[in-house]
Amino acid sequence: MQYRYDFLIDGLIEAFWIVTALVPIFVVFRTTKMLAGWSFGEALMVIGWFTLLQAILEGAINPSLTAVVEHIRKGTLDFVLLKPADAQFLVSTAKFQPWRSLNVLTALGIFAYSFHLLGTSPSAKGLAEAFALLCTATVLLYSLWILTVSAAFYVVKVDNLTYFFESIFDAARWPSSVFRGILHIVFTFVIPLALMTTFPAQAMLGKLSPSTFITAVCGAAVFAVLARLMWLQSIGKYTSASS
Amino acid sequence: MSPGKAARVLPTLLKVGFLEAVAYRAELLVWVLSTTMPLIMLALWSAVAREAPVGRFGQADFVAYFLATFIVRQLTGAWVAWQMNFEVRQGTLGMRLLRPIHPFLSYAAENVAALPMRLIVAVPVAVVGLLLVGWGRITHDPALWGIWCMAMLGGWLITFLANLLIGCLALYIDSSEKFMGIWLALFFVFSGYMVPIELFPHGIRTIAGWLPFQYQIGFPVELMTSAIGRGQALSMLARQWGWVAMFAGFVTLLWRGGLRRFAAYGG
Repeated sequence: MQYRYDFLIDGLIEAFWIVTALVPIFVVFRTTKMLAGWSFGEALMVIGWFTLLQAILEGAINPSLTAVVEHIRKGTLDFVLLKPADAQFLVSTAKFQPWRSLNVLTALGIFAYSFHLLGTSPSAKGLAEAFALLCTATVLLYSLWILTVSAAFYVVKVDNLTYFFESIFDAARWPSSVFRGILHIVFTFVIPLALMTTFPAQAMLGKLSPSTFITAVCGAAVFAVLARLMWLQSIGKYTSASS
Repeated sequence: MSPGKAARVLPTLLKVGFLEAVAYRAELLVWVLSTTMPLIMLALWSAVAREAPVGRFGQADFVAYFLATFIVRQLTGAWVAWQMNFEVRQGTLGMRLLRPIHPFLSYAAENVAALPMRLIVAVPVAVVGLLLVGWGRITHDPALWGIWCMAMLGGWLITFLANLLIGCLALYIDSSEKFMGIWLALFFVFSGYMVPIELFPHGIRTIAGWLPFQYQIGFPVELMTSAIGRGQALSMLARQWGWVAMFAGFVTLLWRGGLRRFAAYGG
């Protein structure tokens, strides 16, 4: 209760941000029926997935990220490294804030509303695929996070890494077909945002082809391995700050 | 403190601020890279305009609008709210108070001094933007460019003073960073940062007209992209500076009252 005003305002801010997130889509669909091949209900589905993943990000991933960056800056990461368990496992399970994941409910609400708008309901196959993709999306999100932490070893004064991470993730709010050219390639292969929100939304709508599904799962696995290698590489470079 | 003395110390303050920006260039780069939202919105709105123009906006107009937004945001940035929150909590605000210059002046100098580093990013974007959309999309009227300079200064002052205002709140309630969250959420919606204000439905446009946010981003951007004429520009400039004056008044009040409560923990 030390910062009680903060606490009271937290809920208010959460509501504000949800509205903020929805403003552009409402304005866009005031002017057009289809956005790059997506109707309003379908695009809303992508926003639902974005909200869901953001809840995972804020509840499970960001708190640990902040903790690691602090460790690196103060040099206390030494104590973590000395423990006889894998350091990557230790730092990524350091902190959870489950109550920040309440947005999962918001996401479910958005899913329900967009199915209502579309006048359909999800098929069992679609749901199964979507659930599988939720797992790969979490893996991807986690791998991106590990990559960001690895960057913290090189540029130490980075209190804002979470902010940076979120601003890139922000692009995942839109169907990936919105982006053309270089951006499309970047958001599919380099920073695989399409795999995290667009593909699961398509799966839920029953519009995802089997080959895309398999490619997405394999891609996520490759990405996770790359992130692990990067982590090992940068932890080798770590030279401690104080001791 | 006399204005003469302030003028004498200002160059040194700016130099210190600049060196700080150079020293923490990686951090600054992270900040700059974090302001990707205009570029994402650019992609989104171009996708919309690909099929049919929206209002007066074609694809090229959106490119001009959002690149201008990116530039304006880069050049009118301030982060004093976080700085003050940090310094109040750590008690280091006490050190700042001991110096013979007003803390507001030193904050302002630190924030302005990051400008050269930000120009390094903003100028290439401006050049690329010009090449993409051509001279036709930006204003040719020198008077409007004159007003634009004042509008940029006014926009920065609103950002800076709002930051100071929220920073001063920290003197009363220990931590006011969450207020900054609310401010930012409103800012994103009503400043024209994500959606050009004229594309909003009528009701929201009216609300936006009564709020300070559009004078931070939308107004300078519309000046650059020749969306408004001289007469309207001048009346908007007057309203912008009205907001500046109002914020300055509130900041002074809060600062005087808050200083009496400040106890410099630790330090």
